[in-house]
Formats: sequence, C-alpha cells, structure tokens
Amino acid sequence: MPGSSQKQYHAKQNRRNFITGLLFLSPTLVIFSMFILFPVFFSFYLSFHKWNMFSSSHAFVGLANYQRLLTDPEFWMVLKQTVMYTLGTVPLNMIIALFLAIALNKQIKGKRFLRTAFFTPVIISPVAAALIWRWIYDPNFGLLNYATGIFGIPPVNWLNDSRAAMIALILMGVWKTLGVNMILFSAGLQGIPDTYYEAAEIDGAGRWSKFWNITVPMLTPTTFFIMIMSMISSFQVFDIVYVLTSGGPMGSTKVMVFYIYEYAFKFFEMGYASAVAYLFFAMLAVLTLLQVKYMRSRSGYEAL
Amino acid sequence: MRKMNMYNVKRFGKSALLHASIYVLAFITIVPFIWMILTSFKDMGDIFAYPPKWLPEKIQWNNYVRAFEAAPFGRYYLNSLFVASVVTLGQLITCSMAAYAFARLKFWGRDVLFYIFLGTMMIPYQVTMIPSFMVLYWLGWIDSYQAMIVPGLASAFGTFLLRQFFMTIPRELEEAAYIDGCSKFRVLWQIILPLSKPALATLAIFTFMGTFNDFIWALIVVNSEHLRTVQLGLAVFRDRYITDWDLLMAGSVMATMPILMVFFFAQKYFIKGITLSGIKG
Repeated sequence: MPGSSQKQYHAKQNRRNFITGLLFLSPTLVIFSMFILFPVFFSFYLSFHKWNMFSSSHAFVGLANYQRLLTDPEFWMVLKQTVMYTLGTVPLNMIIALFLAIALNKQIKGKRFLRTAFFTPVIISPVAAALIWRWIYDPNFGLLNYATGIFGIPPVNWLNDSRAAMIALILMGVWKTLGVNMILFSAGLQGIPDTYYEAAEIDGAGRWSKFWNITVPMLTPTTFFIMIMSMISSFQVFDIVYVLTSGGPMGSTKVMVFYIYEYAFKFFEMGYASAVAYLFFAMLAVLTLLQVKYMRSRSGYEAL
Repeated sequence: MRKMNMYNVKRFGKSALLHASIYVLAFITIVPFIWMILTSFKDMGDIFAYPPKWLPEKIQWNNYVRAFEAAPFGRYYLNSLFVASVVTLGQLITCSMAAYAFARLKFWGRDVLFYIFLGTMMIPYQVTMIPSFMVLYWLGWIDSYQAMIVPGLASAFGTFLLRQFFMTIPRELEEAAYIDGCSKFRVLWQIILPLSKPALATLAIFTFMGTFNDFIWALIVVNSEHLRTVQLGLAVFRDRYITDWDLLMAGSVMATMPILMVFFFAQKYFIKGITLSGIKG
C-alpha cells in the first residue's frame, strides 16, 4: 500500500522533526523552566503562603499577604515614591532625548563625538555611576553645589534632605538613560521620508508647522514605545537607589524593587515579598495595556 | 542684498544657538566622567579644596595601588570577567541553537513556543527573582559561581535577535548543504553562524555588558568575598570608605574601564542592540 507507507513515512518524519526541534531548543528550555517558567507560577503560589526561607514552616494564608501590603503605610509610601520617580524621569528624559535626536539629525558639527558623549552614561555600570554622583552631590565639596553656587543658589544637602534626595535620584536617572531614548528617537526620525518635508516646504510650511504636523504624528509609534519602555524601566529602578541613597534619608527614596528586595533578602519573608512582586507585575501590565488602548483609540496607529 | 544678509545672520544665529545648547548638554553629560578620572588621581588636599580644583597638583598613581590594597580588586576583576565571559559564550550557543530551531526547523508546537518565549520578555525580573533564588538554594548553589552564571545561560532577547537575523539569510545555501548530506547541526555551525557575525557580535556585547554591570543578582546570591564581582565589591567598598573619594573614584574608574573600552571600539553594535531592543543598558 503506497498510501499508508507514505503516511507512515510522514508520521516518522514529523516525529523526527519534533525531536530535532526539541534538541536544538533543549538548553534554552531547561534554563527557562528553572528560572522563568517555574518562578512565575511559584511566586504566585508563594504569594498566598507565609513562607520563611530558612524555617521549614510554610502555611497557606489565603489573601493575608495582599491584605497586609494594602494596609501597610510603608507600601503606599513606596508606591508613591516609585510613581514620583517615574513621573520625574520619564517626561524630562523624553523631552531632552527628542531635542537631542532632532539636533543630531541636522547639520551639526561633531555628531560622532556628541552621540558618544550622550550614550556613554548608558553603558557604564550603575554602581560606579551612582558612586560618581554621590561625590558630585557631596554637600560640602561636591561639584553640583559649587556649580549652582556660581548662580547664587544656596547649597543643598542633596542626599541627606528627604525632599532633595528624590530630585537627586531623578536627575541621575535622567542622565543615565537619556542616551537610550536619544538613539530610539533618532531611529524613528530616520524612518520619516524626506518627501513629506519637501512637500510641506513647497506648501510654504514653517519650521514649527513641520514639527507639529509631520514630525510629531509620524513619530507617535516611536514615542509611544519609548514611553512604555521608560516607564517600565523606571518602575524597576534599583541599583542606583541602592548605591546613591540606600533608600534614605528616612525612606524617602525607597522604591518598589528596594522594598521587595528588603522583604525577600533581608527579612526572608518570601511569601509577602512575592505578593508585593505580583501586585507590582499586575500594575505594570495594567499600565501598559491602558496605554496601548489609549493610543489605539487616539491615533489609530498599530503601535505595538 | 541686505535682506539676504539678514537671512544669513538669522540662520547663523540659530545654528550657533543649536550648537551652543547641544554642546553645553554634552559637557554636562560627560563632566561626571572627567570628574571621576581627575578625582582618582588627586590627593586628599586637592579633593577637599573649595572651590574645586580641576587638575591634581601631582598625579597620585598611588590611589590605585591603595585601592588594590584596600580590597582585592584583582580578584573581583577575575570574577567579573569569568562570569561575564561564560555567560556570553553560553548565550551565544544556546540562543543560536534555539534561534535556528525557530527560524528554520518545522515542528509541532513551534509557533506556540515562540510566542511563549516572546511573552517571557514582558515579565519583570522582580517576579522571577525570589523563586530563582530558592531554586539555587535547593540546588545548594547559593554563594557560588553557578548561581551567577547558570540563570543567565539562556535569553529570550538573544534568541529573538538571532532568529530575526537568521530569517534574512537565503535558504539556497543550506539546501545545497543538505543535498550533500550535511546534518542540521553542521549547517548551523558552518553556514548560518559564519554569516551571522554582526548579530552575534551585537548579542555578545550586550550580554557581556549586562553581566559585567549586573549588580542586584550578584548582591542576592553571593556572600563570600572571594566570589564578589567588581560591582558588588565596589558597593561594599562604598560602605567601608564612605568619603575616601580618592579610593572610591579609583575603584569606579576600574569598574567602568573595560566596558568603556569595548564601547569605544564597537560603538555601532551598541547602537544596533539598543535600536533592536529598546532596553536600557
């Protein structure tokens, strides 16, 4: 029977293909199962348990962890500060980055140097970067107070004043990630066809008119992508907080990941820390979805 | 004639303003680096001079010697280089294998798996961090090189990046090889990978930078001094030498130099990686 042997042949071939496919994927699958897939589910499970890492006791507590975090004033303070950091860095960062990208897209001298200069903070280690800024923010001998002093601004105790510390963190955060957004905006700008501008010039459009009517709308998908990515990454800030302020003074720069870190790896309350992490995850997901929906309804662009 | 001149003057003015503002911004951006390097060569007198002195009276190479004496930076370096190199090499292997499967092999469930892969890129690391730590604890790997290396041996981003690149390679080359009886593995190794050098370089540089600069994971899983990476060592150093800015800046220079060097020589790969992923460094 030629038909059935052909079927058999196909079945065999399919099985072989499947095995080959799995073979090529196996190293990745093993690592992913251990450190991504299992953890995603297990931290959800953990969030309903009281689980101390080193004592063998772990009990199901239902929603108690979630209840606890919602009634913990520190959690709300940390959430507020994380949002403040995000609102402080993202818009400022994006405005400067857009300006830089537009400027670097023009006839300007020393483009290569400028691009390198703005990008360098991105690639260096956050720990070293935060150390440098600790020195710059030094209240007595720091460069920043000296520079602002030239303009007659009184010295600020940047890292030991609970209001100034958040500003210090935001300034450093903008400095550290500006280059990423500059590059992304540049890529977006290069994607706008020159013919649009040429046509507008023939119609007698001015510089601002071209900016608002061509650059801004054409850049919407890029802007939107940058906004989501920047918000997600500023929500997750940790390294620079740890080194620059250690969450202080008096908890005024304690952000979400710092809070999770403390509960998980200082107090070893894995259940509670997982609940915080999951709530955090949910918030990020909702935030992203809302933005996607909003952008779709507004512009009709398939941005993501 | 006069109108023409006015136009030129206005244009020149605008261009000058643009140049001035962008160069001022660039200066502000790189001042911290210059300040770090200059401080690392100053003695305490110069460091605590007010108003600040830009250049050191006498270059203090000794600061670096003292930093090496105060903490085993040599050991930290070796640890960082070792961990980052193994992770990078490992990811190049695992990601190119997985990317090949997704780009070229046809098998049941491939597309579903691929979407799951993409989906994992959206999961914030805080969610996986705690159970990953527990997995390492159960394996008895806390405070070891494995703890820093093994979780980094696969990457959804890397797989995706290479898969997109592999898809652009024409299939004819491979088909000829299959007719000659080549195995799939040999095709990947001898045909696809040599053609994918730019993508591999981008992935290698990104992974190396990410691992070399990693802080939080090393902070969580490593305790012993002899296992500390440069970043972890530097953070501990900060707690001990709170205002010894000469030592701290010498340490910072050491912690940033390797990546800065790679960056200056391979800038285009950094830019490419950023454009592809939009991730922060």
